[in-house]
Amino acid sequence: MNKILDFLRAFLLCALLGAALPATASADKAPDVLVRDVTTEVLEIVRADKAIQAGDTQRVIALVDAKVLPHFDFRRMTMLAVGRDWRQASAEQQTRLTDAFRTLLVRTYSNALTQYRDQRIEFRPSRFAPADTRVQVRTEVVQAGAQPIGIDYMLEKGEQGWKVFDVIVAGVSLVTNYRSSFGQEIARGGIDGLIRSLEERNRALAEQQGMSQGDAGRGA
Amino acid sequence: MRNVFRSSRAGLVAAALSAALATGCATTANPDDPLEGYNRAMFGFNEQVDKVVIKPAAQVYEAVLPHPVRTGVGNVLGNLGDPWVALNNLLQGKVAEGMGDLMRFALNSTWGLLGLLDVAGEAGLPKHDEDLGQTLGRWGVGEGAYIVLPFFGPRTVRDAVALPADFIANEPFSIDHVATRNTVLGTRVVHLRSTLLGADRTLEEAALDRYVFVRDFYLEQRRYKVSDGRQERVYEDFDEQSAAPPGGDVDTAAASAVGNLEHADIGASPATAGRRVARQSVQ
Repeated sequence: MNKILDFLRAFLLCALLGAALPATASADKAPDVLVRDVTTEVLEIVRADKAIQAGDTQRVIALVDAKVLPHFDFRRMTMLAVGRDWRQASAEQQTRLTDAFRTLLVRTYSNALTQYRDQRIEFRPSRFAPADTRVQVRTEVVQAGAQPIGIDYMLEKGEQGWKVFDVIVAGVSLVTNYRSSFGQEIARGGIDGLIRSLEERNRALAEQQGMSQGDAGRGA
Repeated sequence: MRNVFRSSRAGLVAAALSAALATGCATTANPDDPLEGYNRAMFGFNEQVDKVVIKPAAQVYEAVLPHPVRTGVGNVLGNLGDPWVALNNLLQGKVAEGMGDLMRFALNSTWGLLGLLDVAGEAGLPKHDEDLGQTLGRWGVGEGAYIVLPFFGPRTVRDAVALPADFIANEPFSIDHVATRNTVLGTRVVHLRSTLLGADRTLEEAALDRYVFVRDFYLEQRRYKVSDGRQERVYEDFDEQSAAPPGGDVDTAAASAVGNLEHADIGASPATAGRRVARQSVQ
């Protein structure tokens, strides 16, 4: 049982952070500074917001929407999650996949943010040269009596500044971890089958969380 | 808790096995998971055990004990495990880490009031996560197939072989008093589970297929731990549009890569022509 639980815990914490990442920052900020600023800002808001701590889904999603999403490259994340079948998808399918995957990630990890209490986040030194266009920013969740859990953000510099395209929690990529289950869905029902299951899942989550469907399709 | 497990074990295992036989012939797409039929059945069984016994116990535990007390419990349990962590670090040739673990045990057992306080952690001696499965992996033992064990959950065959030693080393079998021993074991399970309340909801929501999600998470994390984070992470570009002529930006990046970052371009072979692969070594 230990191991399952182990990783579940990592998963939760990640979730906290995965969601807690980036905020309103200028495009020319260094990637490590960006990650630090956004994490700090979001966690401060969560710490002060009783409604979020009580599990107010709508409120936390709004926070993530405003502060975190602008710093993620969801198209790239979706491509990495889908793998080589991405090439078979039409432009329209790619857009729908990206929207559905973004909604799923935001839903689930925003919720995890409501569980955040008093873990401490440490920012590990990141080494990169000014000319680098791809950087790994390392952070750790420190908790008493347990091994710190690493949360690493992979960022790439594009036209719109640094964007996160992968989050690695305790050694596991949250993005590529989806690849086999996506592959399974595609083998069963093609790209459209995968889109359908993602959209269905999002609808179910939205209902469960008592939110309108119009909200579920929203994204940055 | 043990009694509950024991009395129902035979029947449940039989049920799981028959379910495995029924689904055992299903095509398995994943080469790491030839036992998928059996594994899925056992995964379902473990989820039931969790739902009926372990999770409710953890919820009571969390509701009854205030947070500082639970932290203390976690510290004591963690402290009991540190000598085994130390031994495994030493077996892997990581002498500094191993000595650090022994220092942790010495400090926390004394100044930390029998492990109640993690004074060593405060003093800059971090807790490590090592076990015999990782040590075997470090020695070059292959991981073998993925296998879900009753109660213990996901393992590879290698880690399953190491499990009895890991289990015994972490339980205070030197305590002759059976009730005390079982209390420690029960507390360990319930405490660990309590730290995951909430995470299970995330798993529930995030996964399209919980079994696959857990399996892939477990396998990737074990590989990461065995290599102490030094495994290579590869990001391919599946985007035709941006897969333009290989070279260019990637080469520039390679030229400026420092320390832990390394980009390489492999896109020259006909099979992968037009595809850009950036490699990045973690750590």
